[in-house]
Amino acid sequence: MSAPRPAGQPLVEVRDLVKHYAAERGWFGLGRPRPPVRAVDGVSFAIGGGSTLGLVGESGSGKTTVGRTMLRLQEATSGRVFFEGSDVFALDSGRLRALRRRMQIVFQDPYSSLNPRMTVGETLREPLKIHHLSGEVSSLLEEVGLDPAFAKRYPHELSGGQRQRVGIARALSVEPRFVVCDEPVSALDVSVQAQVLNLLADLQSRRRLTYLFIAHDLAVVRHIADTVAVMYLGKIVERAPAAEIYALPRHPYTRALLSAVPEPDPRATKRRIVLSGDIPSPAHPPPGCPFHPRCPHPKKSERCRTEVPPLREVPPQSGHLAACHYAEQPM
Amino acid sequence: MTLGTWFALLVAIILAAEAVRAVRHRAFGSERWRRFFRHPTAAWGVGILAFLVIVAVAAPLIAPFDPDRQLDIIGLKNHPPSWTFLLGTDVLSRDVWSRIVYGARVSLGIGGLGALVAVSVGSLVGAVAGYYRRWVDAVLMRTVDIGLALPRIFILLMAVALWDRLPFWVLVLAIGLTSWFGTGRLVRAEVLSLRERDYVLAARALGAGAGGVIFRHVLPNAAAPVIVSAALGVGNVLLLEASLSFLGIGIRPPTPSWGNMIADGAPSVYTAPWTTVAAGLAISLVVMSLNAVADGLRDALDPHEEGGAT
Repeated sequence: MSAPRPAGQPLVEVRDLVKHYAAERGWFGLGRPRPPVRAVDGVSFAIGGGSTLGLVGESGSGKTTVGRTMLRLQEATSGRVFFEGSDVFALDSGRLRALRRRMQIVFQDPYSSLNPRMTVGETLREPLKIHHLSGEVSSLLEEVGLDPAFAKRYPHELSGGQRQRVGIARALSVEPRFVVCDEPVSALDVSVQAQVLNLLADLQSRRRLTYLFIAHDLAVVRHIADTVAVMYLGKIVERAPAAEIYALPRHPYTRALLSAVPEPDPRATKRRIVLSGDIPSPAHPPPGCPFHPRCPHPKKSERCRTEVPPLREVPPQSGHLAACHYAEQPM
Repeated sequence: MTLGTWFALLVAIILAAEAVRAVRHRAFGSERWRRFFRHPTAAWGVGILAFLVIVAVAAPLIAPFDPDRQLDIIGLKNHPPSWTFLLGTDVLSRDVWSRIVYGARVSLGIGGLGALVAVSVGSLVGAVAGYYRRWVDAVLMRTVDIGLALPRIFILLMAVALWDRLPFWVLVLAIGLTSWFGTGRLVRAEVLSLRERDYVLAARALGAGAGGVIFRHVLPNAAAPVIVSAALGVGNVLLLEASLSFLGIGIRPPTPSWGNMIADGAPSVYTAPWTTVAAGLAISLVVMSLNAVADGLRDALDPHEEGGAT
């Protein structure tokens, strides 16, 4: 165990992370080179120990790629990631393996995240063996709310929620400090979603975990995130403390996403912002503000088409960042 | 044929039928085996293969004569089938049935071991190529392309040129090492899709090494096409051995193999067809049985038909 970090210093920090997928060049590299797919295009954030950053965006926004490059499951094109002060991308394979114990991931699809040919017990014993840990399968299962008898079962005998609990237990088996939760509840029934979210929250407080919580809608993140970052086309377009972003969203994209969150009160009247068109291809991002072709902001101008808005602090609250030229104007 | 050998033959048939019954009995418990037996020919395939394996193992009990012994080179040359000589005798007055029984050892042995070598090498190469991709994949797959393009007989002839008298294990290795290319490709394709599964990523995130990921997570899930290609591979190797022996570069006489039995009988195929027909039928029977079993396995192991979701 390393010494506790001084307060205020983040546990995880991502600086200008970029991941471009080179397009196929055809036969022997002949033919016209095509532009790379800009899955992640300069993302920066920091997560304090024990807190949760909610990373929200629609499919294709690059949020999953952020999580996977941070754990070096995919190599980043450029940028840096610091974990407990050490540069993750600079580690050799031995130190990387040691780091694997500290950073873990929970996947979205509970059906493909467990090896169908291994029992739950075998799945959970594997990481213990790799890192020579003395943990017990039964206590891991109990911790995620499963009967220890599940150790003998195969994944296909379990429900989606039970599988997801096994996936969480597997991530916890190596006693990590930081867990990337990659849409851990999107594939589950609504009734099970709440249970799994509560489990993740319980585990966070019990084990003092730090989460990067990836989701495609703001409603799920609301209950678990301390800070929320919204991604669009590989960029963070807005980042703010959770209470802040739900009360006063600044970026028109965030406002559109929030207006899509179902309202439990049927009498509440709320203007729904419906975005036109689809998310553009990350191989051909629009010039200027990436959101401008779909932006419903009344102040939208020529400037949006030509000038990329930087992610900047929007007054009056400090710590509220948005990448919009007209973030201050109401919509 | 003596009473004892008839009895042994009967026991072999009963044992083979029992084996099928036992496997079938298990079928009631598992969806997979039920799908296997949905193929009407699969049970026959298993039965015939079981029978031939039992015959090969128990050859001394079942063969009425020494397979290499020339009984009476003048009186019993090319004797037609009779109760004493079930499948007749060949040009050197050896009992054909006894040679078929002992030949099963050699032919099935080469088929099984050769296919085992081919499938092991093919799986390993395919898994490595698919898992590492990039230049490793390029190098290995171009090797496969070359392997598939070269006539196998040519490679084997070169191997034969190196040895005066090809030992059994060299023949097995030579056949195995020239038969894995198709399997390699098949496994590579499977691994390319498996390596993107979340459980493979999870294993990597947990710090598992490449070997652990390949052997624990990737290959076991690629088992279905491997098993099917192994079943078909045994038949292919058997046929290859037959061609080689027919050309006189496989198993050397007097040791009987089904291939060199055809070669021995070829000159008298019009006057004494039983010598070649028996060995030819044995080969066809095995290959057809293997194809039937492979068909059944393909359905049984198809993950798309797996009960529930996989």
